[in-house]
Amino acid sequence: MATQSKTLEKSAVEPQRSRLRSIAIVPAHNEEASLGALLAELRVAEPDLAVVVINDGSTDGTARVAAAAGAPVVTLPFNVGIGGTVQTGYQYALEHGFEVAIQVDGDGQHDPTEIGRVLEPIFDDRADLVVGTRFVSGGGYRGTRVRRVGIHIFARVVSLMVGQRVSDTTSGFRAVNRKALRLFAGEYPHDYPEVESIVLLSRHGLRMLEVPVRMRVRETGSSSITALRAAYYMIKVLLALFIGLFRRYPSPQEEQ
Amino acid sequence: MTPFRVSVAAALAALILLAVIFELIRSRRLQERYALLWLLTGLVIFVLAIWRSLLGRASDLVGIAYPPSALFILAAFFILLVLLHYSTVISRLSEQNTRLAQRLALLENRLREAEDRPD
Repeated sequence: MATQSKTLEKSAVEPQRSRLRSIAIVPAHNEEASLGALLAELRVAEPDLAVVVINDGSTDGTARVAAAAGAPVVTLPFNVGIGGTVQTGYQYALEHGFEVAIQVDGDGQHDPTEIGRVLEPIFDDRADLVVGTRFVSGGGYRGTRVRRVGIHIFARVVSLMVGQRVSDTTSGFRAVNRKALRLFAGEYPHDYPEVESIVLLSRHGLRMLEVPVRMRVRETGSSSITALRAAYYMIKVLLALFIGLFRRYPSPQEEQ
Repeated sequence: MTPFRVSVAAALAALILLAVIFELIRSRRLQERYALLWLLTGLVIFVLAIWRSLLGRASDLVGIAYPPSALFILAAFFILLVLLHYSTVISRLSEQNTRLAQRLALLENRLREAEDRPD
């Protein structure tokens, strides 16, 4: 196993995976109950994958649990929301010279054994962003009615906007290659980033692909999104999508 | 009944407000989350400006004799709402700003200590 690129970091603990250096970004906000198990599973399922936990201003022992599991932790000084948290992960990945990044939520709903399936199209260069979506659309999925309706509406609107059928725009189980990594490290939506980022990607001329995966019911805690907030986010995101139509986007950036 | 010219002027003003908000968001000088309340303000004023009978009925309901006054009061109410919203936003920002300054100062200190330490 030859190491082609020697970085300043302790890259010895991060061996190559399929020629490309890859990292799992684990956003976590008060996930001390589920994070330990997730990181252990991650190590078993993907022993070669580097990991970074982005701790979004947790008030519980999230940082301690992550450190105990031997994962690097980046702790944000206060709660910045999922968008800013994941973007921090992308910036970390870019700074540390990773070429592929996959988001795996700290609450354990993304099954680490499915990571290979999500990464595959990236390694095959069939897409710049791969989204792992639930096998049966909405199957076994609970949540408020507002949220379910919202997910459906977003799928329709986004499909229309990107000219490609998108079945689930809200999944956070997603992998990016270097091109999408650079884009998202510089520009990533705030509150409800999954939906907008798909459109953003398409407007920049990058390719998106959906891959069906098994998802788990959240192990602990409840979704941070209540019915009222879901409605608020829906209006906000629809507004953002609508206004986005009137923006001009640069063509995809080339590698420097 | 609201004078026709008042309705036209109010509707026009609301439209201009909406257009300005739209352009500010488009050019990324205004985030969507801080624009929603403004958009609501513009929309409500616009609807009541062109839906003259509704404005009349609403004025009657709260005992305002001259309907255009209701339009002013409503606008004032929304501006109050926006200001209150901003006050909470500023409070949060100043709190976070303090914490950022503290983190930065502590990190700087740690860096200096690490540099000074002879290896």
